[in-house]
Amino acid sequence: MAPALINANPVVYEKKERPARSRPGDGDFDEYATEFIDQLEIFDILQICLCEFTYHNIDIKDPEHPYSLEELKVITEDAIEVDDKRSYVRVTFTPTVEHCSMATIIGLCLRVKLMRSLPSRFKVDIRVAPGTHATEDAVNKQLNDKERVAAALENPNLVDMVDECLTPSYE
Amino acid sequence: MADSTTSTCVKHIETYVDSSSSKSPSLQDASLDALAKLLMNDMITMELLVREMEMYLTTTDNIIRARGILLLAELLTRISSKPLENNTVHSLIGFFADRLSDWRALRGALVGCLALMRRKTDTGAISGSDANAVAQSFMQNLQVQSLGQHDRKLCFEILECLIDSYPHTVMSMEDEFVYVICEAIDGEKDPQCLLLTFHLPKGEDEVKREELSRALMLAFAATPLFEPFAIPLLLEKLSSSLPSAKIESLKYLSFCTVKYGGNIIQEQHNALWSSLKDAIFTSVPSSLTVGPGSQDNKIADEALVLLQKLIQQDNSSFSFLKLILKDKDINMTLKSLSNYNNYDDITVTDKQRLNAIGQILYVSAAASIASCNAIFESIFSELVNGLQQMMQEKDYVPEHNFGYLYICVDLLSACRTLVKPTEITYLDNETWCTMLSSFCTLLTSSFVKTMKESTHSNHTYFGVTGLQILASFPGNFLPVSKSKFEDILMEFNLIITNKFENSSIWKSVLDALVEIGSLIEKTDDYEKIASFDVIVVERMLSLLSSDDLLMPYSLKVEAVSKIGMTNLKYMRKIVQELNTAVSTSLRKYWLDGNSNSTEHAIVLLECYADKLLPWFQNIRDTDNVPMHFALKVWDQLEDNTLFCDSLNEKKLLETTMNAMKHAVASCSEECQSMILDKAFSILSSSTGFLVNESMKHAEFSCRDEWIISLFDSVIIALHPKTHGKNTKEILQIIMRALSNGHIPSAHALGSLFNKVPNDMQYFSVEDAMDITFSKYIGRFSNGDDDNEMGVGNLRLSSVNDELINAHAIIVGLAWVGKGLIMRGHEKVKDVIKFFLNFLISNGHSPASNGSINSSEDCQDLMRAVADSFSIIMSDSEGCLNKKLHATIKPLFKQRFFNMVMPILQSSIVKSNLPITYKSMLHRALAHVISNTPLSAILGEANKLIPLMVDGLAILSADVQNRDVVYSLLLVLSGTLTDKNGQEVIVENAYMVIMCLNKLVFYQHMMLVRETTIQCLTAMSELPYARIYRFRPEVLQTLSRALDDPKRSVRQEAVRCRQAWASISSRSSYCNTAMYIIQASKPYQIWRLSTAAYSCVFLAYLCNFDF
Repeated sequence: MAPALINANPVVYEKKERPARSRPGDGDFDEYATEFIDQLEIFDILQICLCEFTYHNIDIKDPEHPYSLEELKVITEDAIEVDDKRSYVRVTFTPTVEHCSMATIIGLCLRVKLMRSLPSRFKVDIRVAPGTHATEDAVNKQLNDKERVAAALENPNLVDMVDECLTPSYE
Repeated sequence: MADSTTSTCVKHIETYVDSSSSKSPSLQDASLDALAKLLMNDMITMELLVREMEMYLTTTDNIIRARGILLLAELLTRISSKPLENNTVHSLIGFFADRLSDWRALRGALVGCLALMRRKTDTGAISGSDANAVAQSFMQNLQVQSLGQHDRKLCFEILECLIDSYPHTVMSMEDEFVYVICEAIDGEKDPQCLLLTFHLPKGEDEVKREELSRALMLAFAATPLFEPFAIPLLLEKLSSSLPSAKIESLKYLSFCTVKYGGNIIQEQHNALWSSLKDAIFTSVPSSLTVGPGSQDNKIADEALVLLQKLIQQDNSSFSFLKLILKDKDINMTLKSLSNYNNYDDITVTDKQRLNAIGQILYVSAAASIASCNAIFESIFSELVNGLQQMMQEKDYVPEHNFGYLYICVDLLSACRTLVKPTEITYLDNETWCTMLSSFCTLLTSSFVKTMKESTHSNHTYFGVTGLQILASFPGNFLPVSKSKFEDILMEFNLIITNKFENSSIWKSVLDALVEIGSLIEKTDDYEKIASFDVIVVERMLSLLSSDDLLMPYSLKVEAVSKIGMTNLKYMRKIVQELNTAVSTSLRKYWLDGNSNSTEHAIVLLECYADKLLPWFQNIRDTDNVPMHFALKVWDQLEDNTLFCDSLNEKKLLETTMNAMKHAVASCSEECQSMILDKAFSILSSSTGFLVNESMKHAEFSCRDEWIISLFDSVIIALHPKTHGKNTKEILQIIMRALSNGHIPSAHALGSLFNKVPNDMQYFSVEDAMDITFSKYIGRFSNGDDDNEMGVGNLRLSSVNDELINAHAIIVGLAWVGKGLIMRGHEKVKDVIKFFLNFLISNGHSPASNGSINSSEDCQDLMRAVADSFSIIMSDSEGCLNKKLHATIKPLFKQRFFNMVMPILQSSIVKSNLPITYKSMLHRALAHVISNTPLSAILGEANKLIPLMVDGLAILSADVQNRDVVYSLLLVLSGTLTDKNGQEVIVENAYMVIMCLNKLVFYQHMMLVRETTIQCLTAMSELPYARIYRFRPEVLQTLSRALDDPKRSVRQEAVRCRQAWASISSRSSYCNTAMYIIQASKPYQIWRLSTAAYSCVFLAYLCNFDF
């Protein structure tokens, strides 16, 4: 019954260290300064844990290791373009294998996550990195078509799955 | 009679044996007890009973037979103290032993056997042959592991009893019995049973992993005969990839090594060494340390322990040590040490290897004198020569000998552990001592060279460590002579005085000196103490007075104080020197405001307060050093009447005050009175403090300010029992200073009110209050109304300065209130009344009398009054705390809360005040609420929450209130974590949410916005029915908060939005989850949910194309 393994043994990379931001109480904290939305912030928003049903066979799931997209290098910081003043974000992600059938669902998750986390003024653009997916154009088209995204989000099963994907795993 | 007994007996038997549901277990227990009582009282005999029970014991109905046998067995358990005849016991045990074959009625047979076997000889016990019969039947009939848990436990108890009580029988059965035991234990997992099988002490319900592990370890090490089996097994376990398994097996091996003895384990040496080497090389960290420091890695630690044990056990033949010394890898590394040159160039793996070898050599050399000899013979001279050669090379760079340096220092520190100060003379003939003696000069010079010339902190560190080890051999250890010791100290001293710009080497040298100093002090090494005195302590002291301006003064003081702390004798000398230095620098500063002496004085005084005084308190010294210090400062004040006019170094005055406080606080009561007397006499001889009736504002001279400030410090630090003669005068002086605008006096005033003894006849708290109010506060009031003391008309005053003074008086009064409420004195009510009246009446008559300069000034005063509630409630570092001997009654904050809250509450609710005045009331209220323990707040939550919400709304209008808003908000978020609090919040949900929705955009403080959103998130957890109607509004607010200028607020907003967005779906999720939890066991939940995912997934694969 279980679907075949899409990528049984993904290469797992280490997470990067982050520089600390200044907090109230630090000497250089300015109460009224604006912290613009930057690459790193978008990147942190997109720290989505892939649930077991994406890259792991259901029956041999190892609950200790749900990998995040960062650990699989699906998204890197450099693959994010952001301009706070012009309210624009573009995320380019890299599926782990060329025929990854999860590419659309990952893209959808990314879009939903950004929709929920960014102010409404932002325009979001999600793309598969050029040359990393067999049906690149089709996927890009699907992901950036407002109508189709809206339609997808009216499908309760799909919304549940996306939600599941976006909730942090507490196991 | 006998018939009736028999019939009761039969009735009881029937009740017990009847297994139908009509008989409750308690009833059956009761009949069991009744039968046991009959037996105990000799109403019936055992024979009679057995005869009556015959049918139940032999029937073919399995259930009844089982109950019958169990009844007999339970009865025997209960009458264990009743004497039985031997042949009765014999036939009973025969019966039960035989019944072990009856698996359907096994429980009774087991219990019966056990009951009989446990009988003592004086009441009739089973014989050896009976025991044999039980054992034989056990062996033939029982498959222990196929039984249930309780039966297994009984079986183990029988085995245990056999072994403990019938050893002869067991011995006669030999191997077969052992096999049966092994078979029985094999695969046992139940903790209760394991307790028995491992022979662990019973009593606690829980069996800990460590206990089991220890028991197994004892079993492994029981006899050297196990060695051929145990060691290979343990080695196999060591090769496991599981860290815990490795650690465990290393522990077992260490234990077994000691138990088996060196000779026996010898055959395994090769295998042991290769496994150990592997473990150490792979698990040692790459940070290099010297000596036995913990490796932060348990595997490495345990492996090194084992290594040392192996060498110690093997002292006669050295076969294990030879393995190490001949090891290819180790030798290769040692040969190529010249490649490990510059610390920075060594790769991480090489560092790890170097550390591993260093640790192995350290542990081996420290194992015993003999092993140390062997190691020295084989490698030491090469090492030292290597070190030497590197230094003599033409193009020598100080960084070029790290490998040699590191290993040498490691070996030296191992040697150091072999030398005990008490027993050393015989050591001098040992090989390693002779070698060390001949190389000592060479080593010292190499270390010194590295220390001085290398620029890399890791190199210098090892150089310093090497020298420190050489210097810490005892004085009568000949290989390192006294002159060498002195040379090393000299070199260290040079570094201290000349190389201060390199802080890492300077610090490590100072630490080394401190180590050496405390070591020789501990070991009473007289010769060395003498040298240390002359070379280190004397020179350090001269540092303080020297005019050498190159070395920073703070470093001088640090070095001197650290050295002093090694020994009381040194410290006495040093304190004298420091006192002189303090006096000199203060005097210089007072005379001409010299900035250099300011800095010196600050450094010295900080050192006093932070290091020396705590140190003296710890050693419970009887010299009264703190008192002498305090008196000395006062002497200086007395002697120096000439003060430079422009002394504006506030920091120095503060530091002096702090040091004075700490010094006085650590004195005894008698010393404190002496200091107080002295201070008071100086104070009263100074013209600035004459207590006259005219209360005109007078400018303090610099000297006056110093005197009054230090006097305040003394008062603050006094013990409540310290006897002061002039309390009234002191009070007046302090009040006078306060009305001159001298704020520090407020602390002194508070302390005075806190500590004035209750039983003092001629001056009480009441008198003090009278003076305070009548002379200093009353004069501001109209005087019309005696009941309303000073009804807050401080604003009557028209002189500009008076405003400042009014401020000071308010602060002073606040501290008085604090002192009084802390000791639980009734008079605090007067203070509270004064403040409350001020806040309330001012609001009612905003512009009356019109004498205050402007309403702004009035507001400032009101704010000061409101803030005085914060002074009263919050904890203070600078005075009125435990360290400064305040009288503190428990729960004083709650008491204050209870006193003030009703009045504040009613006046806020009632009043139709203008908003500015209302906000002052709220400010006061917020101070009280945010400083009261949360539990007290929760008790009153139903009244407080509406007030707090109102307060948040009003206070947030003014930027000046932002800290107050934040602390009030924190209290609100605190109530959200409590169940009672949540209920009240639910009651007021609309109000709270409206308020929070506004605070989300509070622009003056990020923390407020962040906490507000956190509160909203917490509110999403409240009952769905009560909050769902706020959902659209909250979501709208949050979507705007996503555009907050601060990142952490945006993050909170995302989280909160998610929480609120999902509240509608959550209830249905919960139901599903509850259903699943009720329906299945935990592992099934996981299965179910994965099954659900897979369905969704398949649906997606088949249908989804958007």
